[in-house]
Amino acid sequence: MILDKPRVRRDEFTRRTGWTFEPEGACRGDLCIALQDPAASHEPLPPGPGDWLDAELLARRLRMPLVHDERAGLWCLGPESFGSVLQSAEAPDLRLPTWRDEPFKLSSLRGTRVLLLAWASW
Amino acid sequence: MWQELREEFAPQGLEIVTVALDLKGVETAGRWIEAANPRHPSLIDQAHLVDELFGVINVPSGVWISETGMIVRPPEPAFPGRPRFADAPIPDDVDPYRAEVMRTARRIRIQPERYVAALRDWAAVGAASRFALAPDEVLRRAGERSEGRSRAAAHFELAQHLWRADRRDEAVPHFRQARRLQPDNWTYKRQAWILANRHQAPSELFEGDWLSDVREIGPENYYPPLDM
Repeated sequence: MILDKPRVRRDEFTRRTGWTFEPEGACRGDLCIALQDPAASHEPLPPGPGDWLDAELLARRLRMPLVHDERAGLWCLGPESFGSVLQSAEAPDLRLPTWRDEPFKLSSLRGTRVLLLAWASW
Repeated sequence: MWQELREEFAPQGLEIVTVALDLKGVETAGRWIEAANPRHPSLIDQAHLVDELFGVINVPSGVWISETGMIVRPPEPAFPGRPRFADAPIPDDVDPYRAEVMRTARRIRIQPERYVAALRDWAAVGAASRFALAPDEVLRRAGERSEGRSRAAAHFELAQHLWRADRRDEAVPHFRQARRLQPDNWTYKRQAWILANRHQAPSELFEGDWLSDVREIGPENYYPPLDM
C-alpha cells in the first residue's frame, strides 16, 4: 500500500489486506493479533472505519515491511511476512479491468470452474 | 492455443480467464489480445496484483479455481502446447545476445502434455479429479511468505508506482531491491528489464538480464517440474 504519510485509513487497510479490527486486535480468519505494544498499559480501542492507523505500529505487530523512500516522500506497507503466500485456499476476489476497460470480478464466475492464466507479452 | 482449449472446456463448465501482467497495460498487451480474438475474459493487470494475491512468480502460470471459489491448484507452469521458443529456428542475422537467448530457451523444461491432460481430467470430472488438491495441500504448495518476499513486494509496488508517475530515477532502486530480495521472482525481474531493453538484455538501469540470470540457475530450473 502506497502511503504519503506513515498512516493508513482503517477501511482502506481492510479492503486491501483483509485484516479487520476487533476488540482483540487485528483479525483475519481464525487469527487475531493484539495491536498493543508491549510497553503500553492498555489495549487501544478498535478504530472506526474512517480512522487513521499508525502504519509503524501495524508494521511491527503484523510483521509487515514498511519501506520508506525519503527522496520520493512515500512509504509502502507490504504484506505480512508469515503464513502461506496464499491467505487461504479460498480464491481472493480478483478485480481487474478487461482489455476493453470493462470492470471484471472473479466472483462473477462462481458456479463455474476457472483456469486463471497469468501471462505477459514480454 | 488456449482459445481452442477454451472452446473444448466451456461446455463442461470450465472457463479460462487470462491476466496480462504488464505495467504498460493495453499499450503493450493489447495487440496480442486483439490478435488472439478471445471469447473468454481477458484482463489487464498493470499493478501485478496476481503476484501479490496468488503468489505468481513467473509466466505463464495457471491457477485452478473450483465452482465454489476454492483454489484447487496454486500457480504452476501452464503451457497449452509447445511454445514457439522451444523449436524456432535461429535466424542467421540475429544479434549474438538474441541468438544465445534462443539457444538457452530451447533448454527450458516445458510439460504441456502433462498439464493439458490433467486439465482435461479436471474439466471432465471436476472435484473427483485426482489433480484437484485439498486446501491444506494448496497452502503447502503455495509456500511460506518470508520477510524477504514481503519486503520485495513492497519495493516492487513502490517501483511501479514511481515508474508510472514518470519518476523513473526514483523507481529504479526499488526495482533493484525487489530483485535482490526475491531473486526467484521472474515477473519482478522481467518487468524491470523490459522497461530498459526490449530483449531484456543488460542495461545501465538494472542489475542482471534474462540470459545471465537464467544461466545462473540453469535453464532446466527456470520452471519447476509439474507436481501432478
